[in-house]
Amino acid sequence: MSQLFLIVSIGISLLIFLCLYRAVFGPTVFDRIIGAGFVGTKTAILICLIGFIYGRIDMFVDLALAYSILNFIGTIIVSKFFVQKGAR
Amino acid sequence: MVIAIITGFFLAAGFFFFLSGTVGFLRFPDLYSRMHATGKGDTLGLLLCVAGLALYNIVVDCTWLGLVQSVKIASIAVFWFVASPTATHALLRSAFESGVRPWTKDGRRLMEKGGNKTE
Repeated sequence: MSQLFLIVSIGISLLIFLCLYRAVFGPTVFDRIIGAGFVGTKTAILICLIGFIYGRIDMFVDLALAYSILNFIGTIIVSKFFVQKGAR
Repeated sequence: MVIAIITGFFLAAGFFFFLSGTVGFLRFPDLYSRMHATGKGDTLGLLLCVAGLALYNIVVDCTWLGLVQSVKIASIAVFWFVASPTATHALLRSAFESGVRPWTKDGRRLMEKGGNKTE
């Protein structure tokens, strides 16, 4: 059962690297923000899977919950920050 | 053995939605369609993965503490179902107010008023 978690973790890590392409070379700054948010969502799942692999899910689930909350707050703050005043 | 199959199905379905969201994120032509792909694939992929993990935890560790941990794992999905559309909407609104134009196939402007006055 641990091997299944390991395989899914490796697959999600590969998807994170694919998303980093758009997060680095995105045409606008909003593409980079979406890329960072998408990487953060997959990282929350990755932390849960690592907790099951190590057998310490009681510790890692709190980390995943805090990470998803920080990801949401970061996206909201950055989207408020990058509105150019006077464009509308 | 049954729980391994069920968890594997949920994780594979969640991985499929993450994969389709990533492909859409890399290949769609403009910001709004990319945001559409990630906003949907993100939420459903996380829901399916988290459902599989919570189910596996409550079956393997069938105590009160295991139940509490499963509820904690499921609360990630509940929180993210509120947070992800909110974050996507706030980001889309700030992009629209910053003047990012929607993509059309023939290059014509989709709307004349609102959004972008400064070309």
